Amino acid sequence: MTSWLPEDISTYGHGIDHTIRVIYYIVGAWFVLTEAVLFYFIIRYRKRKTTTATYQPGTTFKALAWILLPAALILVFDLGIDLVQGPVWNEIKIYLPTADQTVRIKGRQFVWEITHPGADGKLETPDDIQILNQLVVPVHKKIQFELQSEDVLHSLWIPNLRLKQDAVPGRTIKGWFEATKEGIYPLACAELCGSGHGTMKGQLQVLNETDYQNWLKENRSLEVGRVE
Amino acid sequence: MKHRLGIWFFLGSEIAVFGGLIACYLLYRFRHPEWGLQAVHTLTGIGAINTVVLLTSSLTMILAHWFVEEDNFKSAANYLGMTILLGIVFLLFKSYEYHHEINQGLVPTKSLFWGFYYLMTGLHALHVIGGLVANGIIWTGLRKGFSTHRIESVGIYWHFVDVVWIFLFPLLYIASSGGAQ
Amino acid sequence: MAIIGGYLAYLFRYQLAFPNEPVPGYGLVGPDQYNSFVTMHGTIMVFWVAMPILLSGFGNFLLPLMIGAGDMAFPRLNMTSYWVFFLSTVVLLLSFFVPGGSFSGGWTIYPPLSASPGYTGVIWGGHLWILAVALEFTSMLMGGINFLTTTVAMRAKGMGLFRLPIFVWMINIASILFMFSVGPLIAGAFMLLADRLFDVGFYLPASGGDPLLFQHLFWFFGHPEVYVLLLPALGIIAEIFPVFSRKPLFGYRTIIYSTLVAGLLSFIVWAHHQFISGIDPRLAAPFSVTTILISVPFAITLFAFIATLWRGSIRLTTSMLFALGMLAEFLVGGVTGIFNGSTAADIYIHDTLFVVAHFHYTLFPVTFIATFAGIYYWYPKMFGRFMNETWGKVHFWITIIGFNAVFLPMFAFGLAGHQRRIFDPTLFDYLQPYQYLHVIATVGLIVMLAGQIPFIINFFASLSRGKVVDRNPWLANTLEWLAPSPPGHGNFDQEPVVQRGPYEYSHPLLKERDWISQGEL
Repeated sequence: MTSWLPEDISTYGHGIDHTIRVIYYIVGAWFVLTEAVLFYFIIRYRKRKTTTATYQPGTTFKALAWILLPAALILVFDLGIDLVQGPVWNEIKIYLPTADQTVRIKGRQFVWEITHPGADGKLETPDDIQILNQLVVPVHKKIQFELQSEDVLHSLWIPNLRLKQDAVPGRTIKGWFEATKEGIYPLACAELCGSGHGTMKGQLQVLNETDYQNWLKENRSLEVGRVE
Repeated sequence: MKHRLGIWFFLGSEIAVFGGLIACYLLYRFRHPEWGLQAVHTLTGIGAINTVVLLTSSLTMILAHWFVEEDNFKSAANYLGMTILLGIVFLLFKSYEYHHEINQGLVPTKSLFWGFYYLMTGLHALHVIGGLVANGIIWTGLRKGFSTHRIESVGIYWHFVDVVWIFLFPLLYIASSGGAQ
Repeated sequence: MAIIGGYLAYLFRYQLAFPNEPVPGYGLVGPDQYNSFVTMHGTIMVFWVAMPILLSGFGNFLLPLMIGAGDMAFPRLNMTSYWVFFLSTVVLLLSFFVPGGSFSGGWTIYPPLSASPGYTGVIWGGHLWILAVALEFTSMLMGGINFLTTTVAMRAKGMGLFRLPIFVWMINIASILFMFSVGPLIAGAFMLLADRLFDVGFYLPASGGDPLLFQHLFWFFGHPEVYVLLLPALGIIAEIFPVFSRKPLFGYRTIIYSTLVAGLLSFIVWAHHQFISGIDPRLAAPFSVTTILISVPFAITLFAFIATLWRGSIRLTTSMLFALGMLAEFLVGGVTGIFNGSTAADIYIHDTLFVVAHFHYTLFPVTFIATFAGIYYWYPKMFGRFMNETWGKVHFWITIIGFNAVFLPMFAFGLAGHQRRIFDPTLFDYLQPYQYLHVIATVGLIVMLAGQIPFIINFFASLSRGKVVDRNPWLANTLEWLAPSPPGHGNFDQEPVVQRGPYEYSHPLLKERDWISQGEL
């Protein structure tokens, strides 16, 4: 099942994949077991001429143990899942590491407006590079993003990074990621935002350090500073 | 028994509606201390008089119910009539307030505080109107001399409308400049 | 309405499988229409199919019969409720025909998209949507008041609370959940309407409002709402299991208690729909724990149903097949919910087709499979005739196979990264290799829809040609089987006096037969 997941290129993606896999094995086993018992009962206790049903209302604790003990086991597994997922969530969404670089990503019907810091590595300076739908980052760097929206709800969705975060108008939501592999990856909007929702797509471009510096130079012509 | 249960279940769902609205208002109110300054512009005096009007109408409602139990339909009708009159007085005062506020440009779109003000008092006023209609039906019945156990149901409802106002009045009128700097 | 909902599903599923080709029987589906169809499909199926059938339909017919009452407590309120519902349906259908078309902002109507007509271009469709849903809620609230009052005040002599059939318990718990969860959303909808009509800006940051408030109000209602639908469905199959396995329902009281616990828990899980919506991430952990915890009471209930089969004498009638099918399919929906309830996994899975598959695996068994089980089971009581069993079984297998063909592929597609509500997946290169999954799903849907034709024919043909039955064709214990089929005005010839619990099948003291009615001395 987890083989359906696209390639993981982030430092924290394995945590999410691991959580999905753990849950998959736990609930998968329970599911198969429960369905097996269900089908076994259906076949084994089909109406026959010779047998009659047994009166078993399940009122005594001894009888109820047959359903309460498995349920107690489920409780144990539930807590187990909580323990596995907790640290993953904390790492991704709560703890914000010191960033090597900050980008600003702003959703608008129906484009992503992405502001990269220029050569100085800072936002709000004249050498900022602003491009539509194109997120360019150096590999192996902790990138912090400031997610905003100009109009309605959007959701930044980069499957390979295992990254999804809603953009809410009126708020700046901070998050981070670190890409581990160069390449070009899809980027989309995952929250219904109007008629163009299905066309709101972009690219994540992960470059090595040299290529990134070159890209910065090439795009100096795009220096737009703070637009609008 | 049936009708009393029905009306209580109905009020249960009503409490959830007003409760939800009040909770939203409070959430926003804590975030916006400046609303205190806007609340100064409500007519606290008229609001206070209206509170007394509604409380008195609840009293006459209880008396009406009491006389129905005593089989004295004439007095019951008189007291219920008084409740209805007081309800109308409440609405008149309220419309005067709206009129005054709108003349000053304090319309629902002025700010979120006024949005809440009109939404909450407006919804409450609709409930008052609904209560008046129900009371009116019972009143005509009493005048013709039928005993009706439904007076208990409309009574419970009327008290509820009263209680909602008791919440709205301090939240919208009294809690004014205090919170704001 | 179910036919309209199904037709809408056909329209947008066809577009997904064969993008930008005209849909047979309609024409080209553009992005705006696509959004509008998806929105209306969800709205209709949840509010105009699931709720009215499960609560109003089965509830109004069965609840008085099962507790031995002649009618509901407030027949006139019931009539009003029906006409308000009718009006709400008219308003909703009207919204298809107003300029700008029907609402297209998703059935969850998140603002700001829904708060200002400018964002979707749909003006009247949105107003009418809110009005229709408000009317529908009012109608359902009236129904709920009626159910609760009837159950409290009109039970036959001897019908103690722990002799009520599980279905009655479930309808009442569902009514309470609805009553206390919907209020805040009604308040929120007033605010939304004020935003749409007068630009007040309750949900717009420019005027100091907050879009997330609406999500809280919506899901504070939305999650209990899932159980408002689920509980009556569980109630239906709880009535069918004992009859066709000739055994008492296992752990009757345990089921009631665990359902009450689940109902309470459902009020404190809502934010699991909002893990990545921009709420404070520290809130996520407690909501995730409560969400995953809710698996325990439901596991108890489902295990109890399975234990009912143990050493029974099972007859696979059509209604029993559907009841078993409901349990087997609902399990898929139940276990996949754990993925969504888990914070870390939800980062990836949220708003993908995985979620779509998950909630269809819960809501389809609840809304349709359980309903079919109920219809095949109570049809003799409603009309005094049997439905045809052979055609019933054909209907069952086509429905089950078709249903799984539609939604199993979506789990995989969601994991591959397919986000929801995009009208043309071929625009995204990374989804291209899996496009065949959409084709499978669409073919599955067409098969499933076609499979409903035998049911519709069977239903109407049996009205006049079905085998005529007596009062108690299934040899069941609950009170509705004491009344004539169909029950006349006042339901019972004489008011029953209840002697025992509802599921005393195969009791050791019974000689010659294995059942004894609740109302038998």
